Amino acid sequence: MKLVKVHVTLKEGVLDPQGKAVQGSLNTLGYDFVEEVRVGKYLELTVKDDANIEQQIEDMCNKLLANPVIENYEYTVEEGVTQ
Amino acid sequence: MKFAVVVFPGSNCDRDMYYAAKDALGEEAEMLWYKDANLDGYDAILIPGGFSYGDYLRCGAIASTSNVVKQLREKADAGVPILGVCNGFQILLESGLLPGALLRNEKLKFMCHFEDLVVENNETIFTSSYKKGEVISIPIAHNEGNYYCDEETLARLRENNQIVFTYKNNPNGSVADIAGVTNEKGNVLGMMPHPERAVEAILNSADGLKLFQSLVQNWRETYVAGA
Repeated sequence: MKLVKVHVTLKEGVLDPQGKAVQGSLNTLGYDFVEEVRVGKYLELTVKDDANIEQQIEDMCNKLLANPVIENYEYTVEEGVTQ
Repeated sequence: MKFAVVVFPGSNCDRDMYYAAKDALGEEAEMLWYKDANLDGYDAILIPGGFSYGDYLRCGAIASTSNVVKQLREKADAGVPILGVCNGFQILLESGLLPGALLRNEKLKFMCHFEDLVVENNETIFTSSYKKGEVISIPIAHNEGNYYCDEETLARLRENNQIVFTYKNNPNGSVADIAGVTNEKGNVLGMMPHPERAVEAILNSADGLKLFQSLVQNWRETYVAGA
């Protein structure tokens, strides 16, 4: 088994109103040094071993997990726990 | 003319859409559950608003992987008119049937009120009954209606006249005030405002009816002899 960790983030240049609101709140709490916040998503996929795993993950990201119009993705593949 | 209204789990404007086609317009209409839907034999397909699959992952993302969307792609290629409103628009974008994406509203608020729209292009099968530049009153009801596309796409949209509706007073931060766009061929329209909720005076506006009337008129001119 493998554990795939996928991070999905908004592309540079795409406005992130949610991130802006979080940044405003952090500033209100006194964390004045926070200049920008970008909110993204984190997904964990437990998958069976597959020779072609990286290509498959990229396909999944482009087809569903991320929207390539507005989002970038990054992933890592780690050894998963065999049950 | 026969309309199909595709119903997903979480659609909630399906009955409004059905009412607009069947009662306000007086044409044939059927609601089709997405799993059993066979889109053959329908003259136009309506994708209603709502919260398909609870907006999980991204609005419209899960619905865009369903089998009925494969059929939608074939129908779009075949030139069948397809209208997606609100969540229906989101589904069409996530399916790649329309260019761009929808982000959360600039002010992070769910907004539900009437907006003035400008008819930018009245040379489509959806808008031929309007005048170019006509201002119409249509309600919006969304949290993710902030249309986004890159500059290259925007230039292409402008060049091909694919921007059909804009907001007079942009409520959500949409690029170039965009409220509705078509595909390049012009037979697929997606828009955030709800024309199906503005089809008779008792609903505070009947301005949306002309959109449906345009479809009927164009269909008659193309398919009905002597029309």
